[in-house]
Amino acid sequence: MWLLLRRSRETRYVPGVGGGSGFVETELSSMSSLTEKDRPIVQLLLNTGTCPRCILRFCCVGSQTVYRHPYKDLMKDLKDFLKNNQEKEDMVCFDVVDPPCKRIRLEDTEEGPDDVKHNGTLQQIPSVNDENTAMENSAVEVCNVCLGILQEFCEVDFVKKVCQKVNSADYQFTSFVFSVSLPPQLSVRERAAWLLVKQEMGKLGLSLAKDDIVQLKEAYKWIIHPQLSEELGVPADGKSLFEVSVVFAHPETDEECHFLATACPDCFKPAKNKQSVFTRMAVIKALEKIKEEDFLKHFPCPPCSPKNLCVALEIQCNNGAVFVAGRYNKYSRNLPQTPWIIDGERKLESSVEELISEHLMAAFKADSFNFSSSGREDVDVRTLGNGRPFAIELVNPRRIHFTAEEMKGLQQTINNSSDKIKVRDLQLVTREAIGRMKEGEEEKTKTYSALIWTDKAIQKEDIAFLDDIKELKLDQKTPLRVLHRRPLAVRCRIIHTMKSEYIDEHHFRLHLKTQAGTYIKEFVHGDFGRTKPNVGSLLNSTADILELDVESVDVDWPPALDN
Amino acid sequence: MAAVRGGAERYFTRWYKPDVKGRPCEDFCVLQHSNRICVITLAEAHPLLQTGKTITSINYQISANCSRLQNKVSGKSKRGAQFLTELAPLCRISSSDGEEYTIYSCIRGRLIEVNENILSNPAILQEKPSTEGYIAVVLPKFEESKSITQGLLTQKEYEEVLLKRLNSSS
Repeated sequence: MWLLLRRSRETRYVPGVGGGSGFVETELSSMSSLTEKDRPIVQLLLNTGTCPRCILRFCCVGSQTVYRHPYKDLMKDLKDFLKNNQEKEDMVCFDVVDPPCKRIRLEDTEEGPDDVKHNGTLQQIPSVNDENTAMENSAVEVCNVCLGILQEFCEVDFVKKVCQKVNSADYQFTSFVFSVSLPPQLSVRERAAWLLVKQEMGKLGLSLAKDDIVQLKEAYKWIIHPQLSEELGVPADGKSLFEVSVVFAHPETDEECHFLATACPDCFKPAKNKQSVFTRMAVIKALEKIKEEDFLKHFPCPPCSPKNLCVALEIQCNNGAVFVAGRYNKYSRNLPQTPWIIDGERKLESSVEELISEHLMAAFKADSFNFSSSGREDVDVRTLGNGRPFAIELVNPRRIHFTAEEMKGLQQTINNSSDKIKVRDLQLVTREAIGRMKEGEEEKTKTYSALIWTDKAIQKEDIAFLDDIKELKLDQKTPLRVLHRRPLAVRCRIIHTMKSEYIDEHHFRLHLKTQAGTYIKEFVHGDFGRTKPNVGSLLNSTADILELDVESVDVDWPPALDN
Repeated sequence: MAAVRGGAERYFTRWYKPDVKGRPCEDFCVLQHSNRICVITLAEAHPLLQTGKTITSINYQISANCSRLQNKVSGKSKRGAQFLTELAPLCRISSSDGEEYTIYSCIRGRLIEVNENILSNPAILQEKPSTEGYIAVVLPKFEESKSITQGLLTQKEYEEVLLKRLNSSS
C-alpha cells in the first residue's frame, strides 16, 4: 500500500500537458473542471466506448483549451482522474487486492463476452499496477457517440488534407469559414448518450438538461479552427465569404435512423431525386417528437461501438460572389442584350452581356455570371451618351482582389476587344447593386432620339407644336410584339418633353424625355391604335419609326470615375 | 391595293380567307406576327369597305350567352380567354342598306382582345382596316402556330382569286 501511495505521488508530479511547471494544479488542470459528481459518468462513458472529448462534453466542460489537448493526454488524464477515486477507496479498504480491475471487469461482463469488444480490439483495462500499458492502447476504438469526429478528424493529418485541398484550389481569401455536415445518425447517438447519462445522474439526484451539454459541432470547431487558421495563415471568421466545407458520412450506421420513420412518419417527406429521406433536419425533428420510452425501445442505450470511422466524403471550397458594375454603350444595330438562341440555334452573333462578361469571367476566374441592367434596348437600338448602368454577379470567383488600376485595365481590355460596345465606370460594388438596377429600370427617366417617317407631307411648322407639349399622358396596351409572353395590360406612361428636328417633307427627328417603361416605337407608329395618343394621331397621319437611339439613362449610379 | 405599310405591320405576314361561309367577297385578312400573335382584319375586297357603305352598328354580342366584350384574360398564358374555332363569330356589323355581316375568327386560338375603338368610331374600320380598324387579336396554341395557316391563302394565292373574280364578272 505504501508503494501505491508513493507511485501516485510520482504521477502527480509529472508535468502536465499544458507545458506546466509540475505543480499539482497544472497536472490535473485538464480535468480540473471535473468534480466528484462527474466520476460515475466518466467511468460509465469510458467503459461503453465513448472518447475523452465526448466525455468532457457530457460533463459540460466549457473550456475550449481543454478540448485542444492531444488525444493521448486527455485519455491519460481521464484515467488518472478515475484512478484518483479508486486510490482513495484503496486507502479505506486496503485489504482488497485489486479493487479497480474487479469493478471494471464486472461491468465488462454485463456487456459482452469477456474482454473482447465487438470492434475486435482488446479492451485495455486500466489497472493501478499497469498504468503504462493502459497508456499505450494500440488500437483507439472509434467513439460510439461522435464516430471519430472528435478523434481522428481533429488530428494534424486531417488538417493537412483539408489545407492541401484549399491550397490546390487556388483561391484568394483573407479569412475562412469552416462548415461541417455531419451524418444524421450522430444526433440519434447523441440522444442515446444523453439518456444514458441522465439516468446515471438521476441516481445521484442530479439532472442534466440537453442544452447544458457541449454541442459536438461546437467542440469540433474549437479544436480545428486554430489548426486550420495556423496552417492557412488567415483567421476563422463566421462572416467570411470564403467557405471550406466538409461532408462527413458513416455508411456503416446509415440505417440507424430508419426506426424514426416508423415512430414519427410525418416528419419524413418523400425523397426527391433519389436522395435519402433521412435528412439531418428530418431526423432532428423526429427526435424532438419521439417519446423517451419509444426511443429506448428501438435504439440501444448506450450506443454500440462502430467498426469504422466516419469518412470525409467531400472537401469543397467556395467563394462568395463579387459584383462588378459599370455603364455600357451599344453602337451596333444588330446586337441583342442576351444570347439569342432558338431551338439550339444561335440567331445573332454574340450579345451585350457576353461581350462584357467574357473578360470579367476570365480575370476573376468565376464559375458563372448573372447579368442585370437598368432596363434594356432592342437589338436594333443603339445606346449613346453616358450609357446604361449594369451589374454583373460573378459566382464563386477564385480571384477577388482588384485595385482601381487593375479595374481600369480590365475596362480597357473589354473596350479594345469589340467596337460594338464600350464600358465605363467599371468598379467593384456590393450586392446592393442589384437593387439599384431595378430602381433605375422602374423609376428613372430616359431620353431618346427617334428618326420618324410620315405618310403625309409635312413642313417645319407642322411639327413645331410637339415642342410645346409637356407631360403628355399615354395609354399603352401591351405591344403586340411582346404580347405572346407578357400579360395583357394597359400602362399609363408620361412623355415629359419633346423636341423636333425637321429633315424633309416625310422625315423628322424627335427627341423625347420619357418615364421609365415607355414603349417608344409604339408611341411613334401607334401599334394598331393600341397606344394612344401616338405620333400618327398627333400629326393626323401615319407615322413609322426608322431608327431609335437611347440618348441617356438618367441614373447617377454607379458613381462616375475618371475614365 | 397595297395600302401604306406603317411600322406597326412590318413584322406581320398576310394570310387570307376569301368568301367565308360561301358568302361572296366576304374576305378576311389575318396578320400573323413572327411571335405567332394574329390580328383579324377585313380584306380590301370586303363589302363593308366598298364605297357607299355606311356602318350603322357593330355588335360584339354574338349570342344570348356570349359577348366578346366580356372576354377577360390574365397572366402570360392568357388564362380565361374565350376559345375560338375557325368559324367562331367575332362580331356582327350592320350597314344602312339593311345588310348584316358576320366577322369570323378564321383561325383557332385564344381570343386576347376585340377592338373597342371601332365601337366609338366605326369610321376607322373603313378608313384603316389593316391597322387601327382591326377586329380582334388571337393567340393560337404554340403547337398549332404553324398549322393554322394551312387553311389560309398567301398574298399571291389571294391575288389569283381576285383576278379570277374580275375575269368571271367581266
